[in-house]
Amino acid sequence: MKFKINIFLKKGVLDPEGKAIENALLNNGYNKVNDVRVGKTISLNIKSDIKSDALEQVTLMCKEMLVNNVIEDFEIVPSEEDK
Amino acid sequence: MRVTIITFPGSNCDRDVSVAIKKITGKNPSNIWHQENEVPNCDLIILPGGFSYGDYLRCGAVAAHSPVMKEVKNHAARGGAVLGICNGFQILLEAKLLEGALIRNSGLKFVCKRVALKINKQINSPFLHHFKQNDIIHLPIAHNEGNYFADSETLKQIEDKGLVALRYHTSSDGNSFNPNGSVNNIAAILSDNGKVLGMMPHPERYVDNELGGLDGFEFLKSTLEQLS
Amino acid sequence: MSNLREGLSTFEIAEDLGLKKDEYEQICSLMGRIPNIHEISIFSAMWSEHCSYKSSRKWLKTLPTKGEVVIHGPGENAGVIDIGDGKVAIFKIESHNHPSFIEPYQGAATGVGGILRDVFTMGARPVALLNALRFGSIENNKTKYLLEGVVSGIGGYGNCIGIPTIGGETNFDKSYDSNILVNAMAIGITEKNKIFLSAARGIGYPLIYVGAKTGRDGIHGASMSSTEFDDKTEEKRPTVQVGDPFTGKLLMEACLELMTTDSVVAIQDMGAAGLTSSAVEMGSKGKLGVKLDLDLVPLREENMSTAEIMLSESQERMLMVIKPDKMDKANSIFKKWNLDIAKIGEITNSQNLEIYKNNILDAQIPITYLVDQAPEYDRDWTTPEKAPELQIKNAPIKSVSKVIEKLFSSHNLCSRNWIWEQYDTSVMGDTVIPPGQNSGVIRVHRTNKKLCASVDCTPRYVSADPFLGSMQAVCEAYRNIISVGGKPLAITNNLNFGNPEKKEIMGQIVHSIKGISEASLKLNMPVISGNVSLYNETNGKAILPTPVIGAVGVIDENKNSVSLSNAVDGNSIFVIGQDNSHSDGWVGQSIYAQEILDIEKDYAPPPVNIDAELANGNFISKVIEQKLTNCVHDISDGGLAIAISEILLSSQTKGIGAVINKNYNHNSESFWFGEDQGRYLVCTSKNKEIEELAESNKIKITNIATINLSDRLTFSNEDFICISELDVKNKNWFKNFMS
Repeated sequence: MKFKINIFLKKGVLDPEGKAIENALLNNGYNKVNDVRVGKTISLNIKSDIKSDALEQVTLMCKEMLVNNVIEDFEIVPSEEDK
Repeated sequence: MRVTIITFPGSNCDRDVSVAIKKITGKNPSNIWHQENEVPNCDLIILPGGFSYGDYLRCGAVAAHSPVMKEVKNHAARGGAVLGICNGFQILLEAKLLEGALIRNSGLKFVCKRVALKINKQINSPFLHHFKQNDIIHLPIAHNEGNYFADSETLKQIEDKGLVALRYHTSSDGNSFNPNGSVNNIAAILSDNGKVLGMMPHPERYVDNELGGLDGFEFLKSTLEQLS
Repeated sequence: MSNLREGLSTFEIAEDLGLKKDEYEQICSLMGRIPNIHEISIFSAMWSEHCSYKSSRKWLKTLPTKGEVVIHGPGENAGVIDIGDGKVAIFKIESHNHPSFIEPYQGAATGVGGILRDVFTMGARPVALLNALRFGSIENNKTKYLLEGVVSGIGGYGNCIGIPTIGGETNFDKSYDSNILVNAMAIGITEKNKIFLSAARGIGYPLIYVGAKTGRDGIHGASMSSTEFDDKTEEKRPTVQVGDPFTGKLLMEACLELMTTDSVVAIQDMGAAGLTSSAVEMGSKGKLGVKLDLDLVPLREENMSTAEIMLSESQERMLMVIKPDKMDKANSIFKKWNLDIAKIGEITNSQNLEIYKNNILDAQIPITYLVDQAPEYDRDWTTPEKAPELQIKNAPIKSVSKVIEKLFSSHNLCSRNWIWEQYDTSVMGDTVIPPGQNSGVIRVHRTNKKLCASVDCTPRYVSADPFLGSMQAVCEAYRNIISVGGKPLAITNNLNFGNPEKKEIMGQIVHSIKGISEASLKLNMPVISGNVSLYNETNGKAILPTPVIGAVGVIDENKNSVSLSNAVDGNSIFVIGQDNSHSDGWVGQSIYAQEILDIEKDYAPPPVNIDAELANGNFISKVIEQKLTNCVHDISDGGLAIAISEILLSSQTKGIGAVINKNYNHNSESFWFGEDQGRYLVCTSKNKEIEELAESNKIKITNIATINLSDRLTFSNEDFICISELDVKNKNWFKNFMS
């Protein structure tokens, strides 16, 4: 089963990269832009057919290692092809 | 005085710390590989600077899950002293031995420079014993992710308990103030018991006047004296 | 030969790969048959300008490469010099110009990675990095983007792998608009008896591949860097290779660890033209054959063809011949560092390169055809026209200090701090002088010696007079080593030029090499390694000729290195190499002529007098040795007034200033801003001793200024400049430009 994990800095944590991109966009005339945030996506495959089982594993690895809950939020998205 | 230095894949200040410790104590510290499941009995464990696992995922995140870190946690739980420098500080945070996080410098660039630091000595700690409150020392920093962050509640606790050890300070030349955007100008923090210190500046690089100063030498020497 | 894979090449295929008609015919005639498509790909890479040096080789051979300190000159991965006490320094400079223009971050990062591999391949732990960068006009929109990417790429690799950057130079000129220069230099140190070479030995010995897996990165990079750019070049982006400094660090540690186990017989890094050039190099040097089985090569992508595997420029890979009984040892070390290791072939006595894939012979080429028989051109060249001498009225100028202020607040002379702060300059704990001074200085670990290094070139001089300008580059590097108390030992050079098929460009190359030869011979700094980057042209317009010189020197036991930052209140500033005759200075090709007088035409650059250069250099060494000073600066870009200001700007003492001695309170522009060569500034309190020493050595010397704590450089009551304000302007230009 394939999953995508989207990771973003939490609200309230300064995202300097997002801020820089936002300024660049504004300077380029995209004057309605606000709240630009930069995150990352991790895609992975779990060798399992049981969705709940796979999801549990992915959630655990996010909490344990892939995501730092001090600064980051995450969401797990099952890939389209597996829906 | 027994010191153990841990090398992770991508550590690049392990030798520098080793050389500094040898210069101060005349004895070679133990160097151990991150895959080890045992740490020799020692007075101080140092997690050196560098780019463990290439800073991939998040700085220090992968290293924090190395086999050796279990032993580091046990050592800290027994009241043992741990010093994390730069990437070592990042690893200590990811391993939850200290609170908060280090995120990308506000200037979005790697910063390598000499900075002035103000000592904040509110609790008893072997790392601060030598210094007086508000002493100023100079050390070099060299990092991409040294921007200390904690949510307001955690930050308040850290401040209330007096766990901030070093803050970036405006020196007489006026241009070294807060090089990375750290909240409350934090450059180093302690654990509740004062025995675990994470710091962004590199004391091991200032152990000789020829190299920029002796403040690092004094810092490490007094720490080692306190712990032995 | 019956089972050689089919698929014959044609000239059209060869031409696409960058071979010329006569080269293709030459290959067919050497082989005695039409080579197949795999073979022709390999020829195209090995016969490219980048690998074969076919346009420059004839002239490179004329460089002085021997000397008492030289252990290995050009031809190895890097040059090796003896620095005493059983230790050697290994160093080289190399360009990554074309890839850096196409993708600045990765191009620069892999440039650093590549030059570091050249050094640790030879068994040395790298201890210092330097770089020489050239960008287009500051008015060009792309310049900022390229500069930002290149600087963070250099830092990205060097900082991560943990080698300090200790020096370099960055300049701007519109001729680099579409052809930026990224030249990276690395220095390593090892024991004299622990040098590793690339010559294959041991028939039947295993050929080992270590490091990262092979993908389709940078295929035909070697041929790409051997052609001119045109408007379509930017479409070539996908061929740029991606650097992984983390794997680079692991590879370096693993190789250095294996090298302590008496296992490695020969070793070569995979750089340009990847596996092809490394395998060929090892066979050629050892006069032996190499048999490769491509099915055993660790691959990152599927369905890679023979040519793709052979020419891939994936980074962080090495090829080694090891002793057969040490396979287990090698396996365990590389496994510890989590790196791929695979036996991919063996050394044979056939003197052929034989490549198998799926058990079929894909290519069989006598190695000598690829190396010794590669073309060497005696390209036509013309002698550059002699540039006229610039005649100026030399009217007294209103204010010397206003000119100083203007020059320091411009791209030419402003502080490069914005760049330096992005490089780790103090990792490894041995940096004594970081970038931004005469030379970078590091301690040689576990000894009382220090190494110093500098990279230099003044392209506007070279453009106006390739011979003189190239001599000047060597002389300036020499002065920079002398100025920190070093003994200059040897140089490496990076020759960056346009299209050598043009007579004028070839003329620049020929005269530049002659100039380097002349200076390096007389200053006793042999050329021990180097790199040539040609075809730096876009739509027919070439870069300024840029022969970058990287010099290395040694500071002996326990001698303090001297710095330009050590000015002391009350000291006198002496000019060495100039008498007190107030004579006019040389304004042609000076920064002053360019920036203040707006003269663009090529006038003659300042003359170079090697005998005076040597005499003045020796004198400075004596002054330092006799401890008459610990503050020295050479006079270069911008001339005397700028050099004096630089001493004050770099001082750690708050409020430092200086007053120009009364005899010199005149306003001759050429006196203050002329760029006459062979001069130094020395700050001292021992005026009498220094004057006597100068007299007995017949050295021209003049007492120009006195240091004080006025925070001003004062020329006269009306003409002065505030140093702390100048400092702010000097530091802010770059920051403002980049923001």
